[in-house]
Amino acid sequence: MAKAYGFAKGRRGAVSINLDEPERELLRSLARQIEEFVAPDPLDPDADPLAALVGIDETAEVPDDPALARLFPDAFIDDDEASADFRRFTERSLREAKVAHAQVVIAALERGASDIPKDQVGAWLGFLNDTRLTLGSRLDMTEDSHDALASLPEDDPRAGLFHVYDWLTYLQDTLVRLVMPR
Amino acid sequence: MSIAPTVAPGEIELAALSEETERPWITLVWNDPVNLMSYVTYVFMTYFHYDRAKAELLMLDVHEKGRAVVSSGSREEMERDVTAMHGYGLWATMQKDS
Repeated sequence: MAKAYGFAKGRRGAVSINLDEPERELLRSLARQIEEFVAPDPLDPDADPLAALVGIDETAEVPDDPALARLFPDAFIDDDEASADFRRFTERSLREAKVAHAQVVIAALERGASDIPKDQVGAWLGFLNDTRLTLGSRLDMTEDSHDALASLPEDDPRAGLFHVYDWLTYLQDTLVRLVMPR
Repeated sequence: MSIAPTVAPGEIELAALSEETERPWITLVWNDPVNLMSYVTYVFMTYFHYDRAKAELLMLDVHEKGRAVVSSGSREEMERDVTAMHGYGLWATMQKDS
C-alpha cells in the first residue's frame, strides 16, 4: 500500500515523515536559512550583563527587513514608545525560540528521522510558519495575489519561490490537521 | 438591631475596585494573507485552551472582519499573550479596552 505523501499519523502520537531525499534536502536548506535569518545579533560586550541574562536587549529596534518586521511586529498600534519597550524585553527571546525551532528540524533531517515525536511537532509547525511568512513577505503576498502568483511564467524569479511557498502550505496544513486538539 | 455595615458611604472605593476587575487590557489578532485558517484555530486551541467552536469563531472573525479580540486581562497578562502569539507567528497587538 502506498504511504501518504508528506506527513501522516504515526505511533504514540508521533507524526511520520514521508518525503523524497531532494525534498528533505530542500527543507534542511530552508531551515538553515531561517536559523541564520532570525538569529539575534551577538550580544554587545558592554551591555548590562544582568539585563542580557534575562533576555533584555537594549539595542532592539524595528527590523528594516519587511519579513523580519512581520516576524517581530510592534505590539502596540499607536504607541511607538511602548512598542520599543516591549521589543527590548521580548525580541531576543523570540528570535532564540525561532532559531531553536529551525534547529529541531535541521537535526531531525540530518539524522534521517522518519518521524516527528509529539513534543517536537510545535517546533516543526513554527518553522514551517516562519518560513511561509518570510517567503510571503518576499512575494508581496496579499489576500488576492495567490492566483496571479500561481500563473507566473516559469522564468519569473518569483515562480520558484511561490512553488516552495505552496508546497510548505500543503505540508503545514497537513501537519496541523494531524495534531489538531479535539 | 441594625445589621447595616458600619462603614460610611464613600469609604468603599467601588470605582477602584471595578477598574481592577474589569480586565482593562485586550489582545487583538489581525488578519494576514499567509497564516492558515487551520493553524490559527490550532493556536487558539493550544495556547488559550479554547474549545474548537470558540477557536473557529475567533479565527473566522480574524479572517472576515480583519481582527478579533482573543483575550483580555491585566497588562502583564496581555504582554504574555502577545509575546506568545508572536512566537506562533500570528500578528498580534495589545491595547487598553475602550
